[in-house]
Amino acid sequence: MVAFTLNGEARTLDVDPEMPLLWALRDVIGLTGTKFGCGLAQCGACTVHVDGIATRSCQTAIGDIEGASVTTIEGVSGKVGETVQAVWADLDVPQCGYCQSGQIMSAVALLTETPKPTDEDIDAAMSGNLCRCATYHRIRAAIHEAAHQLEI
Amino acid sequence: MLLFRFKESTLQPTRRQFLLGTAATAAGLVVGYTMLPMAPAHAQSDQKDAANPFQAYVEITPDNRILVHSSQFEMGQGSYFGIATLVMEELDGDWAQVDVIGASGNTALYGNLAWGGAMQGTGGSTSMTSSWERYRKAGAAARAMLIAAAARTWDVPEAEITVAKGVVSHPSGQSAAFGDLAEAAAGMPVPGDVPLKPRDEWTQIGSDSLKRYDSSGKTNGTQAYTIDLKMDGLSTAVMIHPPKFGAEVASFDADKAKALDGIVDVVQTPRGIAVIGKDMWTALKGRDLVEVTWNEDKAEKRGSAEIMAEYNRIADGPAAATARNDGDAAGALANAEKIIEGHYEFPYLAHASIEPLNAAARINEDGTIDVWGGHQMPDLYQMVAAEVGGTTPDKVRLHVMKTGGSFGRRAVSDADLIVEAVAAARALGPGKPVKVQWTRENDMRGGRYRPAYVHAVKAGLDKDGNIVGLYDHIVGQSIMAGSAMAAMIKDGIDPTSVEGAANLPYAIPNLKVDLTTTDVKIPVLWWRSVGSTHTAYVMETLIDELAAAANRDPVEFRLSMLGDHPRHAGVLRLAAEKAGWGTPLPEGRFRGVALHESFSTYVAEVVEITYNGDNDFKVDRVVCAVDCGTAINPDQIRAQMEGGIGFGLGAILQEELTLTEGVVDQENYDTYTPLRIDQMPQVEVHIVPSQEPPTGVGEPGVPPIGPAVANALRAATGKTVRKLPITTNLSA
Repeated sequence: MVAFTLNGEARTLDVDPEMPLLWALRDVIGLTGTKFGCGLAQCGACTVHVDGIATRSCQTAIGDIEGASVTTIEGVSGKVGETVQAVWADLDVPQCGYCQSGQIMSAVALLTETPKPTDEDIDAAMSGNLCRCATYHRIRAAIHEAAHQLEI
Repeated sequence: MLLFRFKESTLQPTRRQFLLGTAATAAGLVVGYTMLPMAPAHAQSDQKDAANPFQAYVEITPDNRILVHSSQFEMGQGSYFGIATLVMEELDGDWAQVDVIGASGNTALYGNLAWGGAMQGTGGSTSMTSSWERYRKAGAAARAMLIAAAARTWDVPEAEITVAKGVVSHPSGQSAAFGDLAEAAAGMPVPGDVPLKPRDEWTQIGSDSLKRYDSSGKTNGTQAYTIDLKMDGLSTAVMIHPPKFGAEVASFDADKAKALDGIVDVVQTPRGIAVIGKDMWTALKGRDLVEVTWNEDKAEKRGSAEIMAEYNRIADGPAAATARNDGDAAGALANAEKIIEGHYEFPYLAHASIEPLNAAARINEDGTIDVWGGHQMPDLYQMVAAEVGGTTPDKVRLHVMKTGGSFGRRAVSDADLIVEAVAAARALGPGKPVKVQWTRENDMRGGRYRPAYVHAVKAGLDKDGNIVGLYDHIVGQSIMAGSAMAAMIKDGIDPTSVEGAANLPYAIPNLKVDLTTTDVKIPVLWWRSVGSTHTAYVMETLIDELAAAANRDPVEFRLSMLGDHPRHAGVLRLAAEKAGWGTPLPEGRFRGVALHESFSTYVAEVVEITYNGDNDFKVDRVVCAVDCGTAINPDQIRAQMEGGIGFGLGAILQEELTLTEGVVDQENYDTYTPLRIDQMPQVEVHIVPSQEPPTGVGEPGVPPIGPAVANALRAATGKTVRKLPITTNLSA
């Protein structure tokens, strides 16, 4: 039995403690906004926040998050998160959209930690998130724009 | 109100489909289905369906939603948005009402008009070409019928009625939402020839401020893909595929797996073993416990190094077929003043979409079958599902899901995922839906790659620096052989093997393009921009090298040979001008240019790289000019150019799918490495204003980026990289 906080609510799960958080979220809890892409922490599609840190849920065993606070794309809230989501839609960043939950979770973590990121900061924080549609040009623009809007 | 939820398309087969389905059954799976390019239009009896927009393309619900039924598949490239824009231009609805759903099951309504309407499918960047008239007419007819319904209801003349933002109004003060009039409108006489808005009245087509209607669901996790399907009793299957292409299951032992709590079943499909569990994690654990013995008698056992060595040998020998033969290339080259020659080598490439391939199926008690998936070739998949499910195509209902990328991979003649899902569902029995979900490793090793190719080229200049002859011998597998499109192979030429070379636009008096198609059992497929992925690289680096050998400016040199091709010349001039071609660059910075037409869209790209010495370089900036005829969604054209450039750049820099003794070496993104954000250049896109009919933009941004980068690198190093990927081979 694992007890943790999910998107602000207390949860307990009785599953195999080795089960990756990704599959617990998707298949047991039914929150499918977090995506499966590689299973090896290579693509970032499964990125969630664990205690505020951008974390690859495919390589995080559910048994290891006892007591932690997990936020998924469905639980994004607050000024940074909402600004990022709004700018993402406003600049039409997504193409297929499949990786974008993970991109947004990484971008929100970046902007929370570094409100005015440089291009180098963006490269460092976002290079773990693959986008096969290569929407990188707009992801970069959206992060700068969100930083700008949050500064005002 | 059900009248307006027209679903006749899904379960009522046209006569044509029945015939095709029968053919497929008689001649065996898939292979029996041959697409006839430019087949004549359908029987007259089929066409009346298409005339009433409410029966085919535009569904207006009582709760006032506008559901556009799209013939074209959405995989991220924006076809749904483009089609909705065409409808909305004529319909005058409100974008807040709009959604687009994937249609299927009626070739007469949804056949791709760029393919003569012979089959529904998405590919070759044809979605806007196919939809341009069809969906504007549907929007216009729907609007006219809404007006007619209002006129009759209010007893006023049609000419006095106006439509704006989804509301139909009359000066008397009468007004109604679309949803209120929908039932009456669908019963109005279908107008024979509705005039379309003239260009100068467009407010949607060409609007630079119009945003995609579907972005917000992709920013909050609500957009559902096949992987996200939820339904009662749905189980998840993971696959065990043969380790080598062409191998088959000899036997398997699933006793240990079946003993695992939560494993539903372990079944053999025509393509491997499906391990079915209550959820993905359980299925994965079960998979580790299954032991399979393979029969590798018919398997491909060569590695990619042996295959490429053989291709290099073949390329130096006589060719099997000729795709183009102008003048006398051999004679001209024998007398040339200066010769440039060599072999180019292109590796296999994976599509590697981030959503690993998947599909779901359910056999129903009444004998019908539901199939959910990324149905890029719906007519074909309906037939295959029927074949595997032991029924007829009219009993198969396809659900076209949104898809996390495709790049060509979801349009596959053997309908791989459909076969696996329907076979697994059939094994489970009626009422037990199952989703087959490939892992990344299944996806990477699952075949259907961009074929490997070798080009042996020889080109010559005369003493004045003019190209006198060019010869290219292309060696590689045919994509169309054995596929639904095999009928397009003529005289030994698969057009997808030579496109981009056989139609080279430059005025070269002696030009020959040969092809030798090889027999290798590695399954291949179209990969975003298809033949142009390799032919553009060869031709545009070769032309650039010839320009350098002739001491000519690469842009001027190309323009001098494009007198008969104004649209090629137009994008080249525009890209050069916007990039500041010819202006001085800082130390260590170099430019390269490339020009290529694919699928009737013209693209030129100028890149700037920083070369740090020792083969270390970075692509900093790309200036792209595109001529795709009438620009429907300018911002989406920019998006597709940006994405195409990033997609192509990753491939030419660092993507390579290799095999050792028949086994694919790469399994995941650690060894098969698409572009990442830190490698993405700044991209500027300029669209040529045009009144020509629209052409596609999904693919044409890809081909020029490789040669443009290679040409910039040659400017820096003096050497053309002829073996891809560049990063691995630059120092070689």
